[in-house]
This record gives sequence, structure tokens and C-alpha cells, in this order.
Amino acid sequence: MIRIANGQGFWGDSVDAPGRLVEEGPLDYLTLDYLAEVTMSIMQKLRRRDPAAGYATDFVDLVKTLLPRLVEKNIRVVANAGGVNPQSCRAALRAVARAAGFGGLKIGVVSGDDIFDRLGEILDAGCPLANMEDGRPLSEVSERVLSANVYLSSYPIAEALAGGAQIVLTGRSTDPGLVLGPMIHEFGWERQDWDRLAGGTVAGHIVECGAQCSGGNFTRWWEVEGWDHLGYPVVEADPDGSFIVTKHEGTGGMVTEETIAEQLVYEMGNPRRYVTPDVVADFTSVHLERCGPDRVRVSGARGAPPTDTYKVSISYLDGFKAVGQVTIAGPHAIAKARVCAEALWGRLRRAGFTYQETLTELVGLDSCHGTIPQPPSHLNEVVLRVGVKDRDRAKVDRFGKEIAPLVTSGPPGVTGFAGGRPKATEVVSFWPALIPKELVRTTVTVEKAAG
Amino acid sequence: MRRVPLSRIAHARSGDKGTGSNVGLIAADDRGYEILLARATAEKVKAHFGGIVRGVVERYEAPNLRALNFILHDSLGGGGSASLRTDAQGKTHALALLMMEIEIPDDYQTPYPEGSPSKGPPAEGLSAPRRKSR
Repeated sequence: MIRIANGQGFWGDSVDAPGRLVEEGPLDYLTLDYLAEVTMSIMQKLRRRDPAAGYATDFVDLVKTLLPRLVEKNIRVVANAGGVNPQSCRAALRAVARAAGFGGLKIGVVSGDDIFDRLGEILDAGCPLANMEDGRPLSEVSERVLSANVYLSSYPIAEALAGGAQIVLTGRSTDPGLVLGPMIHEFGWERQDWDRLAGGTVAGHIVECGAQCSGGNFTRWWEVEGWDHLGYPVVEADPDGSFIVTKHEGTGGMVTEETIAEQLVYEMGNPRRYVTPDVVADFTSVHLERCGPDRVRVSGARGAPPTDTYKVSISYLDGFKAVGQVTIAGPHAIAKARVCAEALWGRLRRAGFTYQETLTELVGLDSCHGTIPQPPSHLNEVVLRVGVKDRDRAKVDRFGKEIAPLVTSGPPGVTGFAGGRPKATEVVSFWPALIPKELVRTTVTVEKAAG
Repeated sequence: MRRVPLSRIAHARSGDKGTGSNVGLIAADDRGYEILLARATAEKVKAHFGGIVRGVVERYEAPNLRALNFILHDSLGGGGSASLRTDAQGKTHALALLMMEIEIPDDYQTPYPEGSPSKGPPAEGLSAPRRKSR
């Protein structure tokens, strides 16, 4: 049995969770998932400004803090912190390791996911990278592409571990792969072990969002205790592909069949076909069973052969947007907010500005759920939130200047205009596509921190 | 027959899927799952969400989890990063679905209690007593 934890569900998740996983209980592997889709495009922009940037800098700080304990306890780390620049991330890690006296530390890097510089060549090879949602060819937006990354399989991670890496860095790989990779390495699973690979994939899916399987975001939240020290998930994996999800003893939160079931369906499409580059997992085959306090055994996963394509996540510039808000208080807050909104849009129209898309929300009244619950007829405070989206940056900036005047030229009780005029920011949209596996070249290198 | 919100017989989680979202709806027991199968149809869910969901609603079944998975197409006002909405990722769509009312047999004891501080969710605004306005 090996213990694999996830201490980061996204870039911006708890700063303390990884260290607590290392200190508060036994562990063999610590995985850290930094990459949401939008993160890749942010990193690509950073790299364009500075060729040494474009990776999760938090990870380097984390390793600096934890390295002595990781080495002492022989905990190996698998992280997709490399972002769009894994080589640069490795250079930073090597410097940190050498400075701390760990020159012998082996760092593995998986690369080949970044196909941004190869897009022309790939299109020329006859792969249209058509949009998976609507079939349009990439050529429609190709001059506005910001980043393009393939979701790599778990085998390169296993290969880096087999090469002795104590830390494995990837760019874009599948989220569950960070957990499946160590299982492939430890248990020697073969590419045809579909059921076991499916089990590992299910495990990775359950823990990839950190505490979301151990009490976070749980529907019946009032049953959760210890919010200030929520335990992050630990998988106790067995060679047969079954596993137990748990958390370190004494931590807050809860692991039950219900918290696990909720995370299993999170971001789910067809539950019978959860497609990764390693396997097509059938989530309707798994069996959940409580086997102790905060312990749930997951077994029975079935898998089928993977497809012959990788998924590619391409981000592209899709215009500009700005969002701003004011708070409206006192009698007739809802009516006054509506007057404010009409005034704002009317003033812009009179000045000659219309937009591709506008948004008016009354936060506190109906911003998330519309009229699904009966909206209250009276509120003493409501937030008016307005936004626009347009190709024309100048028009979007002009919108941002129209909010503050509401404080003095609207009804009484308008306040809370903070943070200055909202400025136009780039809208990044995503273009999901497929690429034949033979067009992607994955490389794995393992090197010591010094030498 | 009587009508109760889905929150009395099920729990749920939602998140983004491209320009849409998904809601996984999980029954508390087998009988609840039979009720969901029969009555929580894609059409009913689409009507419940009204203007929030601009596209179609698809439904998948996962009997092992006693779960239905609803894909709400075009429900975010653009993709997660392009949307202007407060809930740009559909994080709260699960709670919206749990408000949907459904018919259950009179003899079916709902597994999840109605809101009360001791047994269920705390009553709203316990710490901030509200004065009656005139």
C-alpha cells in the first residue's frame, strides 16, 4: 500500500495544506495541482514578458520550506507546477536545493505538452485542431492564440519516478495523472491494465480538488466540523487498483460515502466514459463503502482502452471585459438599484456606446439563481454589479468611467464604489481540440540539482 | 403524493464544463433514486433553470452512486473565464437544482430533515434578529 495525498487543488489553494500533509501523518507521495485552464494562458503571457517566467512560483517557495522534511521522510512530490516553462521552474528548484545543501536531489521534468510553437507545423500536417464543441477549424482564431497545451498521459510521470526523481515537474498533464503516475510506477501496471488504470484515475479525480472530497463544498455543510483545520485527502492505494480515501487523524472535515460521491460527479460528463490519455474509465462501475471513521474504500473500477488522441487546451484572446459594482442601501434599495442601472446604460447609450455583451446583476437578490427562489420584495442593502464585453478596448474602458458618477448623480444611499474605475482586461476563451497522439513528442529528463 | 424540494431527498455538486455546467444529483437512498429516475427529467430541469440555461439539458445515470448527472449547456454566459456573471463557473447550480420541487409518495419519509438548528441546517439569521418593518 502506498499513500498519495493532494495538497493543492488549484493555484491559489491553501498555502498551509501541503506542509500539514507532510507533518500531520504518514505519506509517500505529495501531489500538487496548480493548473486550471486559465492558469496556462496567464503563464504564457508572463513568459512573453520574461522568458524565465511562466511557472507556479509558489511551488518553488513551498519546496524551499519543505525540502528538508521531504528528504528526511522520503516523500516524493509530483506537481504540474512547470506551467508553460518547466525548464525554468527546474532551474529555480535546483538553485533552492543547492542552497539548502541538497545537491544530490534528483528532479524530473516531463515536457512536450506545450505545442504553441508547433501549431503551424501541426496544422500543415493536416490536423485542423477543430473545436470539440462546434467543429470550427482553429484557423478562425489562430492569430489570437495565447497558449496551446496537450493533456499528457501518466506514463512520463512514472518514467521520471523510475529514474529516481524525488520531485517530478510537469507542464500540462491530466489532473488525475498526478496520482495515477505514482501508482503505475509503484505497482508496475501495464498499459493494458485498463481496470487498474481506471481505479487510479478515479482516485486522482477524487482528490484533484483538494479538500472538496473531505468536507469542502459539501451540501450538508452543517455536519462538517473543524473548518479551520480541514484535512486534505490522502489515498491509500493498493496494487489491485482499489483504494481508501481518508485524511490525517485529528484534522477537520469529513470523508464519507456522500462527500466522495459528490466529488465523483464534480465536472463529470458521461459517467460511463471518463476519457484520459491512459484509459477510458467507467465511473458507474465503482463501489463506495465506509470502512472506518473518515475512511471510504473505493473498488470495482472498470476501464477500457484509451483513444488515439490527446486533448489539447488552446487559449485565445477574445476581446476585453470590465466589471464594477456599487452598494445601494436604505429604503427601496432594489428599486434604487434598478434606477441606477437604467441611468448607467442610458448615459452610455446617449454618449454613443453600445456593447457586444452587457451584464446587470443585483447581488443579494438574484445574481446566481435568477427567480428560482421567490425573490424578496424588500432588501435593505443590495449590490449592483455591472459589466461589459467588447472587441474594442477603448469602449470597455469608457464603461468603467460611468460607475462612480452614480454615487452623486443617482438616488440616495449609493456607496461602496471602491478600488477605482474598473479597467478593461483581456478576455481569454478556450478552444478544446483533439490531436493524434503520434504528433506529440513527450520527453522525460531526470537530473541532479548540482552537476 | 406531496411536493418537497429535492434537498429533502438528495444532495448535489456542480461545476463548469466548457461553456456549460454540470450538476450531479445524488439520492440519499434507493427509493429516492427511483423517484429521481422517474421525475427529475432533463425537461423538468431545463424548465426549472429558466433563463440561466440557454442550451439543452442532457441527463446521465450512475446507479452505483444513486446519481443523475445533468449537463446544462450554455449556462455560464460564456466560458468560465469569459463570463461576466458572478457565478461564472456554475458553482452554485447544484443548490439551484436542490430547490426544485418534486412529487413524492405520502409514505416516503424524507431522509433529510427540514431546516432546524438541532437536526438540519440552521434557521436563517439566528444571530441577527430581524425587526418587523411597518
